Amino acid sequence: MSPRETTAQVDFFRGVWKENPVIIQMLGLCPALAVTNTVANSLAMGFATFFVLTGSSLLVSLTKKWVPSEVRIPTFILIIATFVTVADMSLEALVPVIHKQLGAFVALIVVNCMILSRQEAFASKRPVGRSLLDAFGTGVGFIIAMVMMGSVREVLGNGTLLGYSLFGPNFEPWVIFILPPGGFLTLGFWLLFFNWWQKLREERAKVREWPDGVAAPVEGRAA
Amino acid sequence: MGELFWILVSAMVVNNFTLYYFLGLCPFMGVSARVETAVRMGMANVFVMVMASLCAWFLNTFILPHAPYLRLISFIVVIASFVQIVEMVIKKISPKLFRQLGIYLPLITTNCAILGLALFQTNRGYGLVQGLFFALGAGLGLTLALVLMAAIRETGELSDTPDIAKGMAIVLIIAGSLSLAFMGFAGLLSST
Repeated sequence: MSPRETTAQVDFFRGVWKENPVIIQMLGLCPALAVTNTVANSLAMGFATFFVLTGSSLLVSLTKKWVPSEVRIPTFILIIATFVTVADMSLEALVPVIHKQLGAFVALIVVNCMILSRQEAFASKRPVGRSLLDAFGTGVGFIIAMVMMGSVREVLGNGTLLGYSLFGPNFEPWVIFILPPGGFLTLGFWLLFFNWWQKLREERAKVREWPDGVAAPVEGRAA
Repeated sequence: MGELFWILVSAMVVNNFTLYYFLGLCPFMGVSARVETAVRMGMANVFVMVMASLCAWFLNTFILPHAPYLRLISFIVVIASFVQIVEMVIKKISPKLFRQLGIYLPLITTNCAILGLALFQTNRGYGLVQGLFFALGAGLGLTLALVLMAAIRETGELSDTPDIAKGMAIVLIIAGSLSLAFMGFAGLLSST
């Protein structure tokens, strides 16, 4: 596949919104549903994933000349696993409380299909600078999605935002939202909202075409 | 014996891997359109999970005490290579089974439920037998969730879904309701 010509700006912003890994591509769902019960956890997970994604994209892009294509996937996974180990140990040292709450899910960043898909679809084919931009964009998009999930779940399920009480003592928390079913429901409702919004926009501007790159086929979605 | 039974039940329904820990969501969303494929995918999962549990136990007992920081890397490498070997063996011994499992076997390698199983087993300090029961329960639970989901989606195909809910949105909301239903099993554990 020959790389499509894109500008640096497109490379960065594509991942942030138009191809947001969680909301649009439905990749990396496990962490997006499992650890978003508070904003603090979502942020920690978001930044850890951001770090792993950027580091692996950098390394994969730097080493792409020497990695034969037959063993590229195992190589990617090894590179990712190395960065995850670093992230896991750093979190444990810096914020032990949050690390404990995230539990095995930090280690599970290894199998986050979003990261592998960026390596396979982008970093292994493009120059280092572009790969970094793409990783930054996708990482920011992931953090945005995590905060969207985490804020809704924490506000509804606990009545707090980042630990500060929002509604006073008379608020009866909607506990289901910080429990597992709330993860599915919150993402489901966000998707409903975006589908509705997109439909509205389509109806308002029927003639306007979608810009290039939107709803492109999801690459490397195997897992 | 009682303890083993509860490890099995707890991994299967109470702390269902898919609906409680959100592991293995990719196959849950991807191959849950038909009941038949869901059953096969589930069975392949049970098999790989039991094998992964064995591998994890072996690594934890004999190798990792000397190099704990290699845990993640060695788990993923060993599980991936093991699945590869199993695939070759099945292809040689029983081509029929191989055809039936098809693409699902290699896909499972990157399934987060497998690595999750190995990690949970390590964190909880399960021994060999406990680990095997845990893997069996987790695999069966995954199958149960997959099959239930597929059955609901097959029925739902005929119903009149609103435009904005088509696709993933309705699948997620169904999954949420299923997860809600499975929370009812939580009472099982506290009564013991």
